[in-house]
Amino acid sequence: MPGSSAGSIVRVSGPTVVAEGLEGVALNEVVRVGRDGLLGEVIRIRGGQATLQVYEETAGLVLGEPVDATGEPLAVELGPGLLGQVVDGIERPLDALAARTGDFIVRGVMHPALDRQRRWHFVPRVDPGDQLQGGAVAGVVQETASLVHRILVPPGLSGRVRAVTPGDATVTDPILVLEDGRTLSMLQRWPVRQRRPFLRRLTPERPFLTGQRVLDVFFPIAAGGTAIVPGGFGTGKTVLEQTLAKFAAADVIVYVGCGERGNEMTDVLAEFPRLKDPRTGSPLMERTVLVVNTSNMPVAAREASIYTGITLAEYFRDMSYQVALMVDSTSRWAEALREISARLSEMPGEEGYPTYLATRLGQFYERAGRVVPLSGDGEGAVTVTGAVSPPGGDFSEPVTQASLRVAGALWALTTDLAHRRHFPAIDWTQSFTLYADRLAAWFEHEVGEEWASLRQEAMRLLERERELQEIVQLVGLEAMQDQERIVLEAARLLREGFLRQNAFHDVDAACLPAKSLAMLRTILHFARRAAASIERGAPLRAILAAGLDEPLLRLGEVPGERMEAAGAALVAEIDDTLARVGGR
Amino acid sequence: MDLVTRLARSATAIAGPLLFVEGVRSARLGEMVWIRLDAGESRRGQVIELSETHAVIQVLEETRGIRPARAEVAFTGRMATLPVARQMLGRTFNGTGEPLDGLPPVVPEAVLPIAGSAINIVRRERPSEFIETGVSAIDGLNTLVRGQKLPIFSGAGLPAHALAAQIVREARVRTGEPFAVVFAAIGIPFREADYYLHAFEGSGAQERTVVFLNLADDPTIERLMTPRCALTTAEFLAFTHGMHVLVVLTDMTNYCEALREVALAREEIPGRRGYPGYMYTDLASLYERAGKIRGRAGSVTQLPILSMPDDDITHPIPDLTGYITEGQIVLSRALEQKRLFPPIDVLPSLSRLMNLGIGGERTREDHRAVADQLYAFYARGRDVRRMAAIVGEAGLGDDERALLAFADRFEAEFVGQGDARRSIEETLEVGWRLLGAFPPEALTRIGRALIERYRPQGETDGAGAVDADGAARHPGAPAGGAAGGRAAPEQA
Repeated sequence: MPGSSAGSIVRVSGPTVVAEGLEGVALNEVVRVGRDGLLGEVIRIRGGQATLQVYEETAGLVLGEPVDATGEPLAVELGPGLLGQVVDGIERPLDALAARTGDFIVRGVMHPALDRQRRWHFVPRVDPGDQLQGGAVAGVVQETASLVHRILVPPGLSGRVRAVTPGDATVTDPILVLEDGRTLSMLQRWPVRQRRPFLRRLTPERPFLTGQRVLDVFFPIAAGGTAIVPGGFGTGKTVLEQTLAKFAAADVIVYVGCGERGNEMTDVLAEFPRLKDPRTGSPLMERTVLVVNTSNMPVAAREASIYTGITLAEYFRDMSYQVALMVDSTSRWAEALREISARLSEMPGEEGYPTYLATRLGQFYERAGRVVPLSGDGEGAVTVTGAVSPPGGDFSEPVTQASLRVAGALWALTTDLAHRRHFPAIDWTQSFTLYADRLAAWFEHEVGEEWASLRQEAMRLLERERELQEIVQLVGLEAMQDQERIVLEAARLLREGFLRQNAFHDVDAACLPAKSLAMLRTILHFARRAAASIERGAPLRAILAAGLDEPLLRLGEVPGERMEAAGAALVAEIDDTLARVGGR
Repeated sequence: MDLVTRLARSATAIAGPLLFVEGVRSARLGEMVWIRLDAGESRRGQVIELSETHAVIQVLEETRGIRPARAEVAFTGRMATLPVARQMLGRTFNGTGEPLDGLPPVVPEAVLPIAGSAINIVRRERPSEFIETGVSAIDGLNTLVRGQKLPIFSGAGLPAHALAAQIVREARVRTGEPFAVVFAAIGIPFREADYYLHAFEGSGAQERTVVFLNLADDPTIERLMTPRCALTTAEFLAFTHGMHVLVVLTDMTNYCEALREVALAREEIPGRRGYPGYMYTDLASLYERAGKIRGRAGSVTQLPILSMPDDDITHPIPDLTGYITEGQIVLSRALEQKRLFPPIDVLPSLSRLMNLGIGGERTREDHRAVADQLYAFYARGRDVRRMAAIVGEAGLGDDERALLAFADRFEAEFVGQGDARRSIEETLEVGWRLLGAFPPEALTRIGRALIERYRPQGETDGAGAVDADGAARHPGAPAGGAAGGRAAPEQA
């Protein structure tokens, strides 16, 4: 019986506690520690002693205080009411905590994630006599204006329906009764460290559109794919992750603020309710769940936060939704793992991280994917983008390297671009994606046939610029041939007018693929025509002074619906101007 | 308060700052203890680990002369706390909060645990109020806002103290709301502490300042308490008395070294350069104590100062700090050698909250665009300077010459303002004057309407006005004709 096994504290060191007398306790079982009942989890059992990681501040604990086992693994509550919520790493709702304990977080306070009073209008999708399987859609609740929450039969449960109760109900009210007498409510629990089951995986062949030109065009990832975003401090990881949360094409966003700044999350809380989801017109907050464990909140709960986040994401995926999970930052999670490992006196691997770091990261990223859910109804996907904070911006460190082995794309942020205020500071020479070939068909079919060829041409131009820059560094720009200098100029326009994107500009902040393609077409047209003019003997100076660079650099500010026309007009202007400056 | 003090005479070992006491079953993690020596003297400590066999005590004062076998350890049952009061304004305390000025202890309005608690983020208020520091490189390009934590990354011999003192002096709240300064000296030499104290005195800010002093010859482990005492006081003044509090913590490098000393004495597995793996979390427990709370009037703004060992920004101390704080102001030895003050290298400097504090209603509508344009030209100018060092000035084109001249003038006129104060309008005017060297169509980061409204009229303002030769070929050479020579006051 849960709660029957009582132990006592024999050792306390930071967030880890050792207890004795917890007979029969299981690994990863949740325990309540001390007189205040702090939440903890069993992470090692040796002899008669269990080592616990405690999710709250341990100061003040005394040896001999009681420890109670609960018989359950660490689990989250799932059901209507998650969207728009802000929860901590172990899914305590921060709003409700503030209402109970004030402006500062006080330990030992538990509060269920889902509001027990709120009533939801339940519309059944099953009738008495139906045979139900785990994962089936038992009914629906209109959770927000734009999202229907599908009430799923918990995985593993099955039976024939005896009675159905439609209408308003709280998350704990019975909505279905099965013939064997078991009842179902809208609330279910799922252990966070266990992947939620699905019917089968699907090949990732549709893109996860981010609204960022450099990503969607050069380094796209698939819906259900994974990308990592490493970068030193100040390179814009958080701005990029938040921009993705705002503009990425997804039904639900789960944003995990893992060991990062409080003011940043306040920023999200201030902005998301105001900003509109570009796809539905509803406030962004209504499609978002925030899991927040800032750097000054307990380290063990930080370790749990990414699992809480991905479990919530999987739950919405199982309703056949496209879900995006952002984790900022996985390095802080790894550090929490390292800190706990060190307290266990485990033999350290590289840089003090435990030897199982790569395994855990692998298991985490593998929970992303595009699947047919248990309901067999349509498909759902969880796309994961994880920020990495390498010490000193050095990507050779263990967390970046271990992440690279499992992630499908690398979006590398560099300090050099950030110092130039080139944002997003994604380094096009270092970044890669393994999804490009699989996604090419989609882009050519949905956006334009020239997609792949223009992308190739743009990448070649950037590559050529890099080679030329090395020479410029040695001999100076004046010593370069005009043919080379026009390449440098075209590459500059591509970098500053296309790759750079202003996250704070109303129009430029998000860019659909059609607009990206039109911009690329225009800029590359200039590159080709200007090079041809030089070949025909037109003076470089005249081309540079013709004032074509300004409109090209401002293309991002043109609204998407006017882009096609604006691009065509500019192409004509380029042709006219170049014809005028010379070269027959 | 627990009045039952438990005594133990079972100390068995001392190692560095740690005392091991056996068979104490009733100690609390984090509680304060007194260690009484046979000579009658007492020293303070704190319980940092508990196990069946022993309790580990971190001794906050000098460990010299402690004989474990003769020491008597009194467990107070109290966590580390600090009595706080509004009266602390104008007073000076040691690193653990005891008066140093010869005056009696303050009459406490509250006794608060110095460890602090995390602000529930749903109750945090988004920082948005511009603080005018009078320094162009900060106000114009890396704006400080109330509730922000913005460290200064310094190096040995760089004038972080002069810059910090200038900010404290100038960053007054113009609207007449109550403000206070909490100053924590962490392991700095007397000379430097004395400089700050005189600077506060000279600015009339003294009676609004609370000082916590842990000097270079004070106990190392006390340094772990000093910033926490300062922040506890700051939070009390801000959130109970509604004051806008600026907290100066200097030097965080000394704090981190104390942290490392304790960690290694505990035989923990060291992380990078011997610093403990939890240093990020520990630093966050300090830096995150900045901000504003909804519905409360005051704010806590932090200005931590740290020395980058060997000017290395990738060293764990600046690196972890930069990951937690909302930007950084980086001082540059190259600019210092050009005798420019303040020697702020704006390229690696950053204020993450800048956009919240600037714009039409707060500073001026062209602020963001001007800052972006200055950054863009300066970054390119620096590239050209690097290139010119290799290929020589003769290999440069006209555009590059213009960028090079701009970089020199930007450093000399915009950044190197000396100790004069500039309003934000003056800062932006200097910016526009420098941008005047380029034709309007080159200002691609600025909207056309803003260019029309703010760009000074007239043709391009002689781009080659500054003799750039020397600076370009020998980056260390002084720039000619600069507006601001080095104006940092010499240290006392």
